[in-house]
Amino acid sequence: MTQETAIEIRDLVVEYGNRRILNSIDLDIPLGQISVIMGGSGAGKSTLLRSMLGLKKPTSGAIRMLGTDICTASPGQLQEFRKQMGVAFQGGALFTSMTVGENIQLPLRQHTRLDENTIQIMTRIKLDMVNMLPHEHLMPSELSGGMTKRAALARAIIMDPKLLFFDEPSAGLDPITSAELDELIIKLKQSMNMTIVVVTHELESVFKIADRIAILGDGGLILAGTPEEIRASDDPRVVGLLNRTPRQVNVDVDQHLRRLSGLQEASDKK
Amino acid sequence: MKTVESLGSSLLASLEQTGRTFLLLLIIAYRIVQPPYNLYPIVRQIYFIGARSLGVIVISGVTIGMVLGLQFYNTLERFGSVDILGSAVALSVLRELGPVMTALMVVGRAGSAICAELGIMRISEQVDALECMAINPDKFLVAPKLLAGIISVPLLTCVFSVVAIFGGYFVGVVLFGVSEGSYLNGMIDAVVWSDVRLGLVKSLIFGLLVTLICCSKGFYIHLTKSGSLGAEGVSYVTTDAVVISSIAVLFSDFLIGAIL
Repeated sequence: MTQETAIEIRDLVVEYGNRRILNSIDLDIPLGQISVIMGGSGAGKSTLLRSMLGLKKPTSGAIRMLGTDICTASPGQLQEFRKQMGVAFQGGALFTSMTVGENIQLPLRQHTRLDENTIQIMTRIKLDMVNMLPHEHLMPSELSGGMTKRAALARAIIMDPKLLFFDEPSAGLDPITSAELDELIIKLKQSMNMTIVVVTHELESVFKIADRIAILGDGGLILAGTPEEIRASDDPRVVGLLNRTPRQVNVDVDQHLRRLSGLQEASDKK
Repeated sequence: MKTVESLGSSLLASLEQTGRTFLLLLIIAYRIVQPPYNLYPIVRQIYFIGARSLGVIVISGVTIGMVLGLQFYNTLERFGSVDILGSAVALSVLRELGPVMTALMVVGRAGSAICAELGIMRISEQVDALECMAINPDKFLVAPKLLAGIISVPLLTCVFSVVAIFGGYFVGVVLFGVSEGSYLNGMIDAVVWSDVRLGLVKSLIFGLLVTLICCSKGFYIHLTKSGSLGAEGVSYVTTDAVVISSIAVLFSDFLIGAIL
């Protein structure tokens, strides 16, 4: 039985200026599951996420999400498609001039004609789902790191999206808050039947929440599969990442000495 | 060679930025006519740019009017023409100083804040968040500021001009004893509708220029070198926005004066 695919990425190449960040990525994200994109720093996780969100135009390749190719979609089509997705950014990206409640209500006010009472009730339901109900009237500057992430999550799910993207949910959080957020993500999948894409490098979280894992490294896709398949892999890069083995960097001693003494820089300038 | 290269790249960056700014104006003009229409953000921005600038506009208006009254009185007294003090103050304020000084005050008080706000929103992913929520950031963030600038600056200019004329009145009539009748009647005789119109047209254009430049600088911070510098980058673009807006006001003042 083949799984239905929510996101299909084909031969994706993304460059910043002359620097190639992602090189020929092929990846399928199944519908209704939690997929985790992981990799070390600089592996291209955030760039892949930004490409999937339509914030970074790829150099080549295709990203088909729920049947829409967002690389070739017109601005109007992209706008319509985005109403089906929710995004919780790493830093929350809450609007600092609005209260938590107003932040969460914003998509409803912009895209629906619901009456005030319904908007208030929906806001409270979502706040309750992320355990933020008592904090509706606080300003973002009054929230802790974990509260900010939960408020951002509430805003991301206010329109009941089919696709939810979560960038680094555990970054900068203590282990307990991080575990609570993991539970929340699993609860969301079960209760709202969403396809959830999480970008993270926290191993503990990854194996707790993931139905599927994609590992990026050096701009390419190293491996994609179930957590069991990832654990069973003997690819040294996967093993290194899972065992937290420091990367071995082969150093040319002469060149390194020249760099330290500044001679390398001088000869580069010439 | 390096100097030429750096000059060339600065010139290209400036041209690119100018193009981006005018493109933003076209985009906003297109977005404004598209539904949904929401007046509340515009009113909120008018309050921020207009109402909250009233204090500084009144203080600077009175001061400028008093300085003008003093200087004109000292000059006109030498020629025995203190009777035209009212018209000299009124014409200077209505045609030149009112629109220019108001625009410069708005640049310093509201323009810099607009630029910094948009710049911080851009670098803290708030603009990206809007895009991901299918909300046009240019319509949601920039359009209300631009419209509020176009509405507020002419209104503030009117306040500035009235207050400045009374500042001149205070110095001329109350302090130096110029007759009230000659101050007010001289002003009424000398000022014609075209003087008032010129001031209003200038203030309208200044309002547009100031808010457009400040919005564009902050909104497109990520496309400039400053975009990668975080808080320091915001301070750079804010300084740039204030300097460029001020120069644009002074230069366009000359152009409009020459054309109209």
